[in-house]
Amino acid sequence: MVGSAGDVLEDDPVGRLKVFVYELPSKYNKKILQKDPRCLNHMFAAEIYMHWFLLSSPVRTFNPEEADWFYTPVYTTCDLTPNGLPLPFKSPRMMRSAIELISTNWPYWNRTEGADHFFVVPHDFGACFHYQEEKAIERGILHLLKRATLVQTFGQRNHVCLKDGSIIIPPYAPPQKMQTHLIPPDTPRSIFVYFRGLFYDVGNDPEGGYYARGARASVWENFKNNPLFDISTDHPTTYYEDMQRAVFCLCPLGWAPWSPRLVEAVVFGCIPVVIADDIVLPFADAIPWEEIGVFVAEEDVPKLDTILTSIPIEVILRKQRLLANPSMKQAMLFPQPAQPGDAFHQILNGLARKLPHDNNVYLKSGQKILNWTAGPVGDLKPW
Amino acid sequence: MKQTAAQQPNRQAFTAFRSSPGVLFWPAVHVLCCLLSAAAGFRFSRLLFLLLFSPSPPSSSSLHHRHLLRQPPPAILPSPPPPHIHPPPPPAAASNGVVVGRHGIRVRPWPHPNAAEVARAHEILARLQQEQRRRYGVKDPRPVLVVTPTYARTFQALHLTGLLHSLMLVPHPLTWLVVEAGGVSNETAALLARSRLAVVHLPFHEQMPVRWHDRHRLEARMRLHALRVIRENQLDGIIVFADDSNVHRLELFDEVQKVEWMGALSVGILAHSQREGEKGQSPLPIQGPACNASGHLIGWHTFNTLPYAKKAAAFVGDGATVLPMKLEWAGFVMNSRLLWREAEEKPGWVRDLDEVGINGEEIESPLDLLKDASSVEPLGNCGKKVLLWWLRAEARSDSKFPAGWVMDPPLEIIVPAKRTPWPEALPDLAFQVIADDEDHVEVHPSKKTRSSRSKRSSRKKKKREAHVDAQVSDLFNRQEK
Repeated sequence: MVGSAGDVLEDDPVGRLKVFVYELPSKYNKKILQKDPRCLNHMFAAEIYMHWFLLSSPVRTFNPEEADWFYTPVYTTCDLTPNGLPLPFKSPRMMRSAIELISTNWPYWNRTEGADHFFVVPHDFGACFHYQEEKAIERGILHLLKRATLVQTFGQRNHVCLKDGSIIIPPYAPPQKMQTHLIPPDTPRSIFVYFRGLFYDVGNDPEGGYYARGARASVWENFKNNPLFDISTDHPTTYYEDMQRAVFCLCPLGWAPWSPRLVEAVVFGCIPVVIADDIVLPFADAIPWEEIGVFVAEEDVPKLDTILTSIPIEVILRKQRLLANPSMKQAMLFPQPAQPGDAFHQILNGLARKLPHDNNVYLKSGQKILNWTAGPVGDLKPW
Repeated sequence: MKQTAAQQPNRQAFTAFRSSPGVLFWPAVHVLCCLLSAAAGFRFSRLLFLLLFSPSPPSSSSLHHRHLLRQPPPAILPSPPPPHIHPPPPPAAASNGVVVGRHGIRVRPWPHPNAAEVARAHEILARLQQEQRRRYGVKDPRPVLVVTPTYARTFQALHLTGLLHSLMLVPHPLTWLVVEAGGVSNETAALLARSRLAVVHLPFHEQMPVRWHDRHRLEARMRLHALRVIRENQLDGIIVFADDSNVHRLELFDEVQKVEWMGALSVGILAHSQREGEKGQSPLPIQGPACNASGHLIGWHTFNTLPYAKKAAAFVGDGATVLPMKLEWAGFVMNSRLLWREAEEKPGWVRDLDEVGINGEEIESPLDLLKDASSVEPLGNCGKKVLLWWLRAEARSDSKFPAGWVMDPPLEIIVPAKRTPWPEALPDLAFQVIADDEDHVEVHPSKKTRSSRSKRSSRKKKKREAHVDAQVSDLFNRQEK
């Protein structure tokens, strides 16, 4: 029985929607990338690759009157520290500046106040533009994006930074690099549970309990002596190969619930064990995550070994079969150039599924919903 | 994600410091708690937060928690906990669902593996691997016939047990034909009975000679004997020549499934012994098929014996390098139907087994069974993959070993090692005497020639044992007194 993980994955968006790409000055995209080409390789690179994809995609239209969706190419996650981590402090101003530009130069923003526009915001907490959760919650989603559709990696139910109608995407993981580390599929899977990463973030949360809501620390304290759990903070060169030799790969939350581990687990056929309460996984309306992965509540982490060993063998075999489905792996990747069924196409499918737009998308004359002075004072400074 | 977090201290330097009302009170609490922790000598927080369950989210203010964030994390001072027992309330930003803030680290009372669960996990792994083999591994595996010549000697248990375990792991149906020189012996039978394999234990009524040259020849004849048995009984499968001291990879048994009639593999030769004054490592010598660029067999890599000419071992167990023959039997596999009298599509380039080996003909390698060696199939990516290693390690032919490697009755005399850390060592006198004696023994052999050394060292050993016995019995006498 070949696992069928939703034929929705194989839908072709071409012909079902039209996207108009705004021509922004290069200070919003090209120049930023030129200043720091590292942005092409980190886990937030989806915003850049989505732009490139749309520029040469058949769904692109040069006639904005016939467009269903409008895309604004602004790289808000490309201001990197020397160590390569994105600083979100200028992102709200950058986004605001871009929106001001498109609303003055084209009539389409004001027509709907952004309800038929979409933005790619792959940062930690999406359009809340902060890496610390409390601060992100305090800021909330940028007010000007209130009506737009957000394409983001962050997804958690009942959270300020996830608005209704957002499309959750996987973080960027380098497809070429993963391809070169494939091992023969008949290599027996002999590791039961595998995880590499931090359990305690000693720099920012030395006592534990804050980082990952204590879940990662709990995994370490409970299972560091368990031979079934191959877990450590190592950075082995055989990381990808090891995942292909493991049955279960832990994907616990960190400072935010999402991580590239999920993508890596799916690509390498390792069943993801998601430990993040209320998380919303990518393309949840197209991919049956419940049937592919194992979900463990954070409070059940001490019983993780009991939970995993008591899964019936037929269920595990079924999950492995579903994971082996190539369309599943393809949907998690951003290959260059784009291929059918990949994450770019899933995003377009998601956008196509939201069509046709509701009537309330179009504002009546004189109606104004957005408050252009809302938000923290610092955001109002020009960029 | 973890990377973003690791950068937070640096990023806080970039953050604009914002003040909010109510913050003035909290630095005072902070200072108070610092002093309290300094006075107490430990940090409250560890006690409070380890081994506690997560707090229920109360709806009180979040100011204190934000205060913790705005200060740079104190490296030296203890972090200020609130003076009450429960952890500080997380902000009520999310009314239902997950709350942000400090949670306890849940550790169960006995965080160690449960044996039943580990056993179940191993069952799951075994079943999953079986499924993997079914999906990606060899389809319709043919049975494997393993031919092993052996004889009872000191290291037989070592070698045969290793081979036995390798064969037990082979996932395909397997029949093991063990040919034993000197007839069927109880030691060998006992070893073989430990496996759960189908073993055919064949006696061969000649003793294994002591010279390596004669031994290689006898082994070849023993293998021929096994091949004749296969032919008589029309056993079906792929014949693998596994010598008991060789090391095999399990992938070997998957690779040989690809053979159609006769195949050749690369064998790594572990005959190399440490040569003094040699810098760097010479590559492992490999015997096997040689292919051209398009993957066709054009010749054979054999073992170059010139560098070892003077140091080659002549007798079993004499301590010098044992050299393989030009082409070892272990590097060849064949379809058993090649040996049958009547088989469909049997190729014409194989000789009839009845005509082989008669009239004193020397069979050195399976290539002598063929009329034409050019149809041999190279396996293992045309010989690039080494799937087995040839090794000969034997003790002296007259060395003694306890029957079945069982010490029964258990030893009563215990002699301490030269350097023992245990306080119950024997008093220095006896210790030093024994040490001196051993030194004597070690110095001598280098001066003697090889043939007489064996007799000398055994005599010395006997003397030493007698000496030790005397010493130890003296000790006992002393202690009893």
